[in-house]
Amino acid sequence: MDQPATPNSFRTGPDEQGMFGIFGGRFVAETLMPLILDLERHWNEVKNDPDFRAELTNLSTHYAGRPSKLYFAEGLTRHLREVSSAKGLGGGAKVYFKREDLNHTGSHKINNCLGQILLAKRMGKKRIIAETGAGQHGVASATVAARFGYPCVVYMGATDVARQSPNVFRMKLLGAEVRPVTAGHGTLKDAMNEALRDWVTNVEDTYYLIGTAAGPHPYPELVRDFQSVIGTEARAQILEQEGRLPDTIIAAVGGGSNAIGLFHPFLDDKDVRIIGIEAGGRGLDGIEHCASMNAGSPGVLHGNRTYLLQNADGQIMDGHSISAGLDYPGVGPEHSWLRDSGRVEYVPILDDEALEAFKLTTRVEGIIPALESAHAIAHAVKIVPAMDKDQIVIVNLSGRGDKDVHTVASMLGMEI
Amino acid sequence: MTTRIDRRMAKLKTEGRPALVTYFMGGDPDYDTSLSIMKALPGAGSDIIELGMPFSDPMADGPAIQAAGLRALKGGQTLVKTLKMASEFRAGDNETPIVLMGYYNPIYIYGVDRFLKDALASGIDGLIVVDLPPEMDEELCIPALKAGINFIRLATPTTDDKRLPKVLQNTSGFVYYVSMTGITGSALADTGKVAAAVNRIKGHTDLPVCVGFGVKTAEQARVIGANADGVVVGTAIVNAVANVLGPTGEKTADPAEAVATLVSGLAQGVRSARLAAAE
Repeated sequence: MDQPATPNSFRTGPDEQGMFGIFGGRFVAETLMPLILDLERHWNEVKNDPDFRAELTNLSTHYAGRPSKLYFAEGLTRHLREVSSAKGLGGGAKVYFKREDLNHTGSHKINNCLGQILLAKRMGKKRIIAETGAGQHGVASATVAARFGYPCVVYMGATDVARQSPNVFRMKLLGAEVRPVTAGHGTLKDAMNEALRDWVTNVEDTYYLIGTAAGPHPYPELVRDFQSVIGTEARAQILEQEGRLPDTIIAAVGGGSNAIGLFHPFLDDKDVRIIGIEAGGRGLDGIEHCASMNAGSPGVLHGNRTYLLQNADGQIMDGHSISAGLDYPGVGPEHSWLRDSGRVEYVPILDDEALEAFKLTTRVEGIIPALESAHAIAHAVKIVPAMDKDQIVIVNLSGRGDKDVHTVASMLGMEI
Repeated sequence: MTTRIDRRMAKLKTEGRPALVTYFMGGDPDYDTSLSIMKALPGAGSDIIELGMPFSDPMADGPAIQAAGLRALKGGQTLVKTLKMASEFRAGDNETPIVLMGYYNPIYIYGVDRFLKDALASGIDGLIVVDLPPEMDEELCIPALKAGINFIRLATPTTDDKRLPKVLQNTSGFVYYVSMTGITGSALADTGKVAAAVNRIKGHTDLPVCVGFGVKTAEQARVIGANADGVVVGTAIVNAVANVLGPTGEKTADPAEAVATLVSGLAQGVRSARLAAAE
């Protein structure tokens, strides 16, 4: 593929057709097209509306607990400096965590859900539907639906319902109806198909609250904008705490909403190295991974063109990751474009590496990270010892790991 | 330039009856059985054949067509084989129009130019690609029209008068009116509302308007066919195949015969549609 010319800014997308280069777009059934155009109209109205912004900021502050802290991870930094010394390098950059795990509901998902529920309210919708993999977005959706008094239906693959039962219970406590999806293979991709089928059926009153920066335009843009609070805060915080921009920022990429949220405000800071971490699963040689940008190819699914895991006939494959939140065979279209344009590097981290980082962070920081975030930390563990002591790395700690303790226990051969 | 679809529709117009458009899933449950179903369709009274291209993630389809697609994929069906199936059918029938129906990704991966060339060579007359609205016309619709293949658009209850011209702009062959907001195989919508919608679309175009989604019986075909130019039946046919498959996929009766029996009944329905309407 020809390398596209470097644009003046990496922050101007998407275009009017919802495209980021060749990625993105509106690949949906005609029934949904008028709804998506209506959503776009309302989104364009509210995105620069000071009243809307004020209401969102107020909720983000007093309900979700923003701004989230930018925390100097001294324990991890010290540990990685010891590793560096042992290798005879004598280096080790300073590691900061952007603490999205401290948000209400325990992850970055609430940022997007608060924004979209206000949009749904503006549009006069009466019912919320959402898809969820690990259950983090399902819980955040059920939370804002409860807060604003909307009925909420969450589609969740039957396989995920079984392996994420605490989150299923939380959603039910919050008043949401959790519909297990047995179609296909019963994971996030199938849940998304089923949510789209619900939307196609209930066009009048239903708002589809997509959880990641993917799907048909304008979802990738609006989810990114709601999540960009992460990077906007982190940029200001590091300037205040260190007096300069970081050398490297790292975030895990499933659909990619926490990553695009951190990355977007830094895209035009050309000296900041940006790294997205894909789920390498059990390795990229086989099919047991979710590294669509490292081992997939461009295709069309769920309303957008993006990198996908697929076979030679264009059938979508089921990926694998230890982390249910990264277990998706596609990725948001803006990431695909950032990959091809060369602005962002995307590298895989294996299940085992993420698990080690999970255990390490828990021990040296007293923070149990989500397995998704543990992928990002694992990459920091790899690169930080070879960096200089005066360099700075920010890792997005997108969520807390309480939800993952059962998975980790079974990986470690323990019963709890 | 006329296509087999144009000629068939013109012929039915002179006969004064609507078309019976039959959808089946290519490769369900296996290639040979599926080809035998396809070959049985015209004799049973199908006027236009919709050949389903299986896709792993059919987001506008109900459980019956989802399951049929998975059976086909499990049976080894690919787009290459679906085109081969059309071409084998075409060797024995040069009149019945064939419309490929499915989702964009397998075509995109096959390569649009290569696909159109091979589709033409296989005797394909039209395409229905569910996830390509007019906003994405540059992808496949425009190249297909240039290649001489009809691009049949879906119009839905959410397509209002303001949007209809955009939907109809590059549509050819016929317009496929989706009778309801929902997925394939749901219950049929209020037939009075469907008739009103068909008349609304006809106010915007001279193209034939066929109605699908929810039509399962000869009686429904008769009622819908009273003012539509064609009636599309899909889920009922896919179910007729599923009904003669045992728990492990073994055939308990001949699927082609089961489909032919169903289609014969539906054909009676469309043939009596205008008689009933004239009464």
